Amino acid sequence: MEISIIALPLIASIISGFFGKLIGDRNSEIITSLLVSISAIFSVLVLYEVIVNQYQENIIIAKWINSGSLEVNWSMKIDSLSAVMLVVVTSVSALVHIYSIGYMSHDPHKPRFMAYLSLFTFAMLMLVTADNFIQLFFGWEGVGLCSYFLIGFWFKKESANKAAIKAFVVNRVGDFGFALGIFLIFYLFGTVNYSEVFNQISNITDENLKFLGITFNAVDLICLLLFIGAMGKSAQILLHTWLPDAMEGPTPVSALIHAATMVTAGVFLVVRCSPIYEYSELALNVITVVGMSTAFFAATVALVQNDIKKIIAYSTCSQLGYMFFATGVGAYNVAMFHLFTHAFFKALLFLGSGSVIHAFKNEQNLNNMGGVWKKLPYTYSLMIIGTLALTGFPFLSGFYSKDAIIEFAYLRGNTTGYYAAGIGIFTAFLTSIYSWRLIFKTFHGEYNNKEIKIDETHESPIVMLIPLVLLSIGAIFAGFLFKELFIGYEGLNNFWQDSIFFLKPLSTDHPPLWFLLSTPTLVILSIPLAYYLFVKNKNLTEQIANINKPLYQFLLNKWYFDELYDVLFVKQSKKLGLFLWKFFDLKIIDGIGPDGISSIIKKFSLKANKFQSGYIYQYAFVMLLGFSALLTFLIVK
Amino acid sequence: MNFPILSSLILLPSIGALFLFFTKSNKKNNFTIKYVALFTSAVNFFLSIYLWILFDSSTSDFQFVEERIWIEDFINYKVGVDGISILFILLTTFITPLCIISVNNSIKERLSEFLIAVLIMESFMIGVFCSLDLVIFYLFFEAGLIPMFLIIGIWGGARRVYSAFKFFLYTLLGSVLMLIAIITIYWLKGTTDVVELYNSGIDIKYQNLLWLAFFSSFAVKTPMWPVHTWLPDAHVEAPTAGSVLLAAILLKMAGYGFIRFSLGLFPAASEIFTPLIYTLSVIAIIFTSFIALMQDDMKKLIAYSSVAHMGYVTLGIFTIQQQGIEGSIIQMISHGLVSAALFLCVGVIYDRMHSRLINTYGGIVSILPKYSILFMLFTLAALGLPGTSGFVGEFLILMGAFKDNFLVAVIASLGVIIGAAYMLWLYKRVVFGKLINTNLKQMFDLNRSELFILSCLAVPTLVFGFYPDPLINTIEVSISDLIDQYNLKLASKS
Repeated sequence: MEISIIALPLIASIISGFFGKLIGDRNSEIITSLLVSISAIFSVLVLYEVIVNQYQENIIIAKWINSGSLEVNWSMKIDSLSAVMLVVVTSVSALVHIYSIGYMSHDPHKPRFMAYLSLFTFAMLMLVTADNFIQLFFGWEGVGLCSYFLIGFWFKKESANKAAIKAFVVNRVGDFGFALGIFLIFYLFGTVNYSEVFNQISNITDENLKFLGITFNAVDLICLLLFIGAMGKSAQILLHTWLPDAMEGPTPVSALIHAATMVTAGVFLVVRCSPIYEYSELALNVITVVGMSTAFFAATVALVQNDIKKIIAYSTCSQLGYMFFATGVGAYNVAMFHLFTHAFFKALLFLGSGSVIHAFKNEQNLNNMGGVWKKLPYTYSLMIIGTLALTGFPFLSGFYSKDAIIEFAYLRGNTTGYYAAGIGIFTAFLTSIYSWRLIFKTFHGEYNNKEIKIDETHESPIVMLIPLVLLSIGAIFAGFLFKELFIGYEGLNNFWQDSIFFLKPLSTDHPPLWFLLSTPTLVILSIPLAYYLFVKNKNLTEQIANINKPLYQFLLNKWYFDELYDVLFVKQSKKLGLFLWKFFDLKIIDGIGPDGISSIIKKFSLKANKFQSGYIYQYAFVMLLGFSALLTFLIVK
Repeated sequence: MNFPILSSLILLPSIGALFLFFTKSNKKNNFTIKYVALFTSAVNFFLSIYLWILFDSSTSDFQFVEERIWIEDFINYKVGVDGISILFILLTTFITPLCIISVNNSIKERLSEFLIAVLIMESFMIGVFCSLDLVIFYLFFEAGLIPMFLIIGIWGGARRVYSAFKFFLYTLLGSVLMLIAIITIYWLKGTTDVVELYNSGIDIKYQNLLWLAFFSSFAVKTPMWPVHTWLPDAHVEAPTAGSVLLAAILLKMAGYGFIRFSLGLFPAASEIFTPLIYTLSVIAIIFTSFIALMQDDMKKLIAYSSVAHMGYVTLGIFTIQQQGIEGSIIQMISHGLVSAALFLCVGVIYDRMHSRLINTYGGIVSILPKYSILFMLFTLAALGLPGTSGFVGEFLILMGAFKDNFLVAVIASLGVIIGAAYMLWLYKRVVFGKLINTNLKQMFDLNRSELFILSCLAVPTLVFGFYPDPLINTIEVSISDLIDQYNLKLASKS
């Protein structure tokens, strides 16, 4: 049963990808959705076993790379951590599969789309069930590949192709760090299997390495290198530029890959490696700072964007930042909890926005929407649920997980911890503002679309609404139901067992009451505030934007990261390539090498030609000259 | 084992070529000619599979050894295989029949002469990989250039003469020095038998010069930076089948030579010159990757990427780590499959549109769906995606390199990023996008033989990506023994 969780999506992908034409669109949709749904049911069963019976297993499927001391197997590791991920991945994936049947109904390439979705699911499952770093890397690059395929799914769009390549290459920058981390692990431990590495880690905490004359602590270095990989995949600041562009892909893809599953792989990596990270104070602090900066940065950008999907994308980026700073303050289980709840409400928001986009016939600009809440009642109410959950409105799922993160940051008790908690609260406020801005601008106010009449907008078909309803149930109850299990004080040692490692146990104190109340208060207050700013008194918002023009432009242009990278990396690489080719290869190497030699030989032979003039008197003269020179030499001697 | 299996492998293609020599090449005979060539090379392929089955991978000794006296007390015809060489023989016998099938669409004139060149080359290449006598090795090694020179010079494109001579000039330069080195070895030791030389070793004071002489020949053929500029020109002018042979097999002779001779015969010198190799390899990986980024000719782009990939190979060999050398061999096999496939992919659209320029194309995915899928697979294998053979080689090499030298491994790993950029950008510009050039609409998807060839290459690329064990098993013992011997010789002499 365990192996079929992984195998079914792969089979689905093969059937739909290679025989899609043969079996028809509808059949490939049904087969892929069905197989992935079965896989989801099995995953839930496995999670149940893990919760109830503390089930743990490490299944070896086959040998992969065995070279010298390196031994890597295809494997399936089931423990609490991977069981949670299995459920998140397969359940969201199954719902997205079903939703896509409706969403892609006008697309001519349905089997290909379904095949990519299933293939992605397979790769993601390989990632989370790996028992060694190289299989993890396989899944890691595999999901990156599927993301590349799906972002560029509409291959005729130039922007989609560019975004796809950008996503892959930026991820490769992260993977570069990740791969070096794996090499370092192999260098130090002689193995890449989790269990063997984690067992030995306490022996090498004092080991130092020299690189370019600088001495590094080995554990710090491993952690930082792995984290570079995590930054790429989870779109953390500096390596985040690909995620907003990735919204070029169809919306179900954004929900599955760029919200619920793939982008959380970085968080999963850090949690999985908690036995290593716990020994590196430096790396944990770096993660906290990066996570918190991302959370703040992405929230500010989301405030002013006008593309409905881009706002949610930046929101994802920001929430991933929260997860990272949870791991940074050592609260790995809380990070996993937020990952778990986030998967539901963010997928809900994305699929809901897909439903809006569908209703407006592929319109994504907020300024061309508005006033349709009566026309799209289901979508509207479901989006409200998603938004409430995301902003951390009391007793919905985001409330439990996000507030827990802020609390644990506070309880960490060091400077970065306090700092992170403060930024965390402020970002929660920003999150609430931009989320409600999205809702109000989409559904309230006047109807602003000039191309489509308001009567033409329509509610989505039932096949798209059912997944939304199921996700909204998760968005409402996941936090409340799983709180004890994931982050409860008794659940701590029971549920996670040894899949998460704490060097010193998490603090069991409670922060002061004013602190606990501050986030929910801000979140609740921001709703009327947002309503006032974006529905009641729009002029005020415009005035604020006009007064702070440079700041507004700065945010609108996403802090100018893309422009900066273009100047720094893209243009320079092209210049360097041209220089190395035209100047170095063609002028210097060829000019001095083969072409140079052949031209010298040519010159010499032309000169040598002149000696063979054919005139006897010239030859006789040269002979005479030589003869007299020889004679002189002999006489003088 | 009395049946001379290795000699048969060497001779069989030549016998086929001899048959072709007596058949006139015209429309009526072309069919027969092709099938004679195909039959010969296919038989050779199955024979080599049989060899692989019989091969005992639990020992590093040479197997299937045949020895015949050619010139008394001087040259013996001696052949044999071990784990290091057998995979290259398989690669050769696997690629050649595919090449012969592919000539359908590209070679219109002098078909029988072309196939003679291909078959003769197969003979020589197999000879290179199994000769156990330096002189025999040298003869095969150099003779292999002649058919290639002719293939470029006769069936090549517009600047074929320039390219052919550049190719010849470069390769000849190194060869002369290697010949002198071989003569010196005979003069020093009184034998050119590789096994005897392995056992007795070569005096440390001669090693450096001898190593450099061999190096000059191998570096050109690899090709290493900065003696790589012949390769892009040769590829661009060569016909598709020529490019395939060049990239898949010819380039591997040097990598094999480094392992067999540089490491095997001159360990002390190898140790001294490792920094040189590292530097050149890293420069090759980074420089040529950037250059590949800016190419507008598809074949040139793939040629430059080959230089970068071979940079990984030379890097891996001189790490003297189990992972590094195994990675290098797997990388060579993988590059043999993948670069062959990529050149064939270019050939497919070249045959239809007669242009190798990237900007001719764009948006062909809707016209050539099957082609696009296979091309994508090989693109991914070239950029080293896990699950393809390219990953296994590259990753093992970098792992080995990391054990030996951090800095080198870090810089070499950077090549992985640029590699992804240029391959995906190439694919995007050729296959995706809007169909602007309306002439492209006349193109048709892969025909049966093209589909067959590319699938034949796709299968091992994927299989060895997921399950490289057959490859690693074959080479494991030979390589660990090689490394042991290497370290032993180093220790005893210093």
